[in-house]
Amino acid sequence: MNSVAVDDSDFVYAPGTSDAEIEAAAMEAALRHRRLVIGWRLGILVVLLGLWEVAARTGVIDAFFYSYPTAIAARLWELILEGTDEASLWYHLWLTMEEAIIGFVAGSALGILAGVALGRNKLAADICAPYIKTLNAIPRVVLAPIFILLLGFGLWSKVALAFIMVFFVVFSNAFQGVREADRAMIANAQILGARPWAVTTAVIIPSAMSWIFASLHISFSFAIVGAIVGEFVGARYGIGFLIQEARGVHDTAAMYAAIVLIVVVVLTAEWVMTRIENRLARWRPPVQGH
Amino acid sequence: MPDTPAIELVNVSRRFLSPDGHAFSTLKDFTLTVKRGEFVALVGPTGCGKSTTLNLITGLGHPSSGQVRVFGKPVSGIDPRIGFTFQADALFPWRNVLDNVVAGPLFRGRPKAESYDKARDWLARVGLTAFERHYPHQLSGGMRKRVALAQTFINNPEILLMDEPFSALDVQTRVLMHEELLQLWSETGAAVVFVTHDLEEAIALADTVYVLTARPATVKSVHPIDIPRPRVISEVRYEEHFIAISRRIWADLKQEVQMSTLAAA
Ligand SMILES: Nc1ncnc2c1ncn2[C@@H]1O[C@H](COP(=O)(O)OP(=O)(O)OP(=O)(O)O)[C@@H](O)[C@H]1O
Ligand SMILES: [Mg+2]
Repeated sequence: MNSVAVDDSDFVYAPGTSDAEIEAAAMEAALRHRRLVIGWRLGILVVLLGLWEVAARTGVIDAFFYSYPTAIAARLWELILEGTDEASLWYHLWLTMEEAIIGFVAGSALGILAGVALGRNKLAADICAPYIKTLNAIPRVVLAPIFILLLGFGLWSKVALAFIMVFFVVFSNAFQGVREADRAMIANAQILGARPWAVTTAVIIPSAMSWIFASLHISFSFAIVGAIVGEFVGARYGIGFLIQEARGVHDTAAMYAAIVLIVVVVLTAEWVMTRIENRLARWRPPVQGH
Repeated sequence: MPDTPAIELVNVSRRFLSPDGHAFSTLKDFTLTVKRGEFVALVGPTGCGKSTTLNLITGLGHPSSGQVRVFGKPVSGIDPRIGFTFQADALFPWRNVLDNVVAGPLFRGRPKAESYDKARDWLARVGLTAFERHYPHQLSGGMRKRVALAQTFINNPEILLMDEPFSALDVQTRVLMHEELLQLWSETGAAVVFVTHDLEEAIALADTVYVLTARPATVKSVHPIDIPRPRVISEVRYEEHFIAISRRIWADLKQEVQMSTLAAA
């Protein structure tokens, strides 16, 4: 402790404590942590799939009902190459996606619109509250047969179901987000000269955005649920239809293959959504601890 | 009429409803006059009604009785000549510094290019040119206050209302902000109503200090501050004269503070 620092470059550090060394050590530690995490993840995956495979092949679980990873992979490959009797796998997948995406986009757009409108208008919100509560209490999937009856076996009955799955989730989050908008910030905008519409677009909607995004994350998978349940109840194409068909002929491997496919789709959508959100939320302080 | 006062509150009362539905007065027979270009500080015990008073002047709140006039006209709606700085951070966190400062002119429908030029100009005046692309969370508390000042001053307010604007800052930064505020104010000549808990801050900045009573607030006493300008804030508080004024006003304020703590206990 008797070295006097004249300027930074002359400073004598204890061995192993220079800036460069500390930075290198921190980077090393972060890398090691990452490798460890990924290693464990892969390890667990291999063990689980391996156990499933072995258990099914040795008859511990019934391969007829539970199938097993290699059979599912093979069936998935076959489906990719040959499709089903009705259409190619891609057509089925695309149809389900189309239903989900239209329902998702319409449901979230109208959900945001309704949430913001009611969030800004206390009288309307109070009047509508019991109706919304009641509608919200309907388990969405019971509407599937009704929509099929009303809109037929085609695209639109599934779109309607996906829409209704998404709408209420996004609506209630947007509504809540609007209600939580900071009073001082609103007053600030008003005094700076914002008219009501500018207050809505410049303060209310941006501050509700994190609430809205939280709901968008879950609601894409809800839209998929809506589309697939709709297909279960009545359809000629689609992943839900494919699963129904496979059940009819006891083709469990195909059922699991379809599930794998859907999981991949939902995870991809989730990833895209996170990317978009990160772009839009550059203003936010980084979350601690990550 | 150049000699109509900037702000007049005449026998103003403001009543609120408590959560269990009872009406109670926050302001009672409140009378206050702020001349054009005058710097007024309001000090009073917590919860007495200082923020409520400012709200009445902005037009965001309405008096239960009495009259609030701005430049001789009764307040109806938000007057564009008024600027307001808040105690809490009221910057828009999703806008960068430049877009925060430019908000006012754009809200008021000024042309875009002109507004941005003006905003850059104001950022230069508060010394934040290098930070125009930063978001509020990337700034220190003092820098955020500077942005808030630029955001307010860019609208050329003729009346500036400040609700404990610097109470969240550390002492050194606060003194810097005081000097900055006085500098900006002397260039614009706006009438200022500055609410604070800090008596020294009030005396150092203001032409006139109003001491308010505990709730319901009325004006208890008015103290003209005859310290000449320009004032050097970092030194003025050590002058004999300053200390004498400070002692006199504190004797007045102390009773009210004690009363409001008794009432709260
Ligand atoms: N919108 C409101 N509804 C009901 N009561 C209110 C409302 N606004 C203020 N009050 C009450 O009026 C009183 C004065 O509030 P105000 O915010 O004006 O005090 P203040 O002097 O600014 O206090 P502080 O120094 O702590 O900021 C408080 O008792 C508060 O509870
Ligand atoms: Mg207050």
